[in-house]
Amino acid sequence: MMTNFLYRTIHFYYDGFRHMTVGRTLWAVIIVKLIIIFLVLKVFFFPNYISEHSDAGSEPDFVASELIDRAESDVLTP
Amino acid sequence: MTNLLLSIDAGTVDWSRAQFALTAIYHWLFVPLTLGLAVIMGIAETIYYKKRTDFWKHTAQFWQRLFGVNFAMGVATGIILEFEFGTNWSNYSWFVGDIFGAPLAVEGIVAFFMESTFVAVMFFGWKKVSAGFHLASTWLTGLGATISAWWILVANAWMQYPVGCAFNPDTMRNEMTSFLEVALSPFAVEKFCHTVISSWIIGAVFVVAVSCWYLVRKRHTQLAVQSIRIAAIVGFVAALGAGATGHKSGQTVAQVQPMKLAAMEALYDGGHEIGLKVVEGIEVPYGLSMMATNTLDGYVPGINDLLDGYVKDDGTVEPSVDEKIERGKLAIQALADYRRLREEVKVNSEKFATATDSVEEILNSQLSIINSNMPYFGYGYVKDKADVVPPVWINFWAFRAMVGLGCLFIAFFGLVLVLIFDIPMVSLLVRRLLSAVGLLDERAADRTAPADAMPAWLCWAAVLMVPLAYIASESGWLVAEFGRQPWTIQDMLPTWAAVSDLSAGSVALTFFLFLILFTTMLAVEINILLKQIKKGPEGNS
Repeated sequence: MMTNFLYRTIHFYYDGFRHMTVGRTLWAVIIVKLIIIFLVLKVFFFPNYISEHSDAGSEPDFVASELIDRAESDVLTP
Repeated sequence: MTNLLLSIDAGTVDWSRAQFALTAIYHWLFVPLTLGLAVIMGIAETIYYKKRTDFWKHTAQFWQRLFGVNFAMGVATGIILEFEFGTNWSNYSWFVGDIFGAPLAVEGIVAFFMESTFVAVMFFGWKKVSAGFHLASTWLTGLGATISAWWILVANAWMQYPVGCAFNPDTMRNEMTSFLEVALSPFAVEKFCHTVISSWIIGAVFVVAVSCWYLVRKRHTQLAVQSIRIAAIVGFVAALGAGATGHKSGQTVAQVQPMKLAAMEALYDGGHEIGLKVVEGIEVPYGLSMMATNTLDGYVPGINDLLDGYVKDDGTVEPSVDEKIERGKLAIQALADYRRLREEVKVNSEKFATATDSVEEILNSQLSIINSNMPYFGYGYVKDKADVVPPVWINFWAFRAMVGLGCLFIAFFGLVLVLIFDIPMVSLLVRRLLSAVGLLDERAADRTAPADAMPAWLCWAAVLMVPLAYIASESGWLVAEFGRQPWTIQDMLPTWAAVSDLSAGSVALTFFLFLILFTTMLAVEINILLKQIKKGPEGNS
């Protein structure tokens, strides 16, 4: 019964995707968008700042030094 | 490195804010139409379910197709905001801990999977599942999108009014003490109601505009008339609802973000019996006192009162910003002392082995100072008290744009309702009036044929309503987010403490990258949507 349900579900999606019209264009747009977002923007422009500047487990120390030092300094440079 | 840590470039703060604003504004172009069209397509399919005619099936499928285009256009636009939390706003991202992360996680797991499951049934299942199951799937698609909105708005509401949390100085994170207090915060509930209902206005405006375009082109007139009937009811009710929920939100803002309200009204010196400004020089008497306190003579503090401190109506004292700055500095100093002592104990454990009780006593004392002053933690970063005043002119005019356009939508949908439905006496009277002033053809004044009900000028006005609806919607977010400045978390963390120490140039680069990318994607996506509108219901096959 489970196999039958699984088969019907896969067939449902396969049949649906096969008969798409404007959906094909939309999926192309979505895929291009996801590639740009995850493979270009995330990789090259949006690293995790704290992971890059602190060791694993030392994140609280890094954030604490950031927040405490900014309160002690002249905060904004012109 | 030390110099970088001790100072932060104002350009980094401003470009980071601008980048977040750009991506959020872009994301919000798609979300309200998804929420609004979900209601329209659900109603259309419900009518099909009752009547089982091909006309209503094709009408429902048409609006679902446009829903699908918008849904696909909006996919992943929100993910970029999460990237920015981790890169540009790393201190904020860590500081908010699980309180921000939990609602976003629930949104992703529950709501997104619900949407994506049922949207597949909605598009693929017309010939494969029963009419009842398909109808349920259509409504559940909309419900999934609405539940997504709930969790995002819970997260945003917490930024405006942080509740249900306690700060842990060891982890440097705010930890959730009550999930229900966060999820059902009155600020979150009111924000959700107002935001979702105002999104229904956008859906209704969109449907009326597309339908009116068909009427002008004399195409698909039956679909146009019936769709206008549905959308006009939804739009009219939603416009009234947005006003009511906005009023309730305004009262909560008066309680928990009085500086935002003062900025919205450009109110520098508060008092009792304060009028609501339409523009400078024109005001509704007692309006602001009524809006903020539900009484004609309620006290509303102005910007100067909030800076200098004042006594509230209930006799309690709101401290001055100078006092809050002192308390914020106490909290930050206590945090520094607490962490320094913790580190010393960890490094020199033998030295402190015999003094455990006194160390604990000192740590508890510092913890007590942190906790009692935590509500003003962010003030410890303020050098000039003018920095806690949000940009007044943006808040003032954005608020007026939103409310003014909201009133326009009430009038617009009211007029459309009266013309598209044959309401005894009222419709005839309005048609005669419009005819008398030359806004309606004399022959159309006495007609009840629905296709003639909408004069050409009103049809083109309907098309113009689309950008106006988006301006109103985005203006609401400008008020919400500019009014929160300079705080990323109200009173607890200002932008210049929350932002990552990146170079202003790198942030500016990604800002312009997004600007080019989003503009290109938006042009492509609008082109797809317009093509589908031009195809009309024939494109259903």
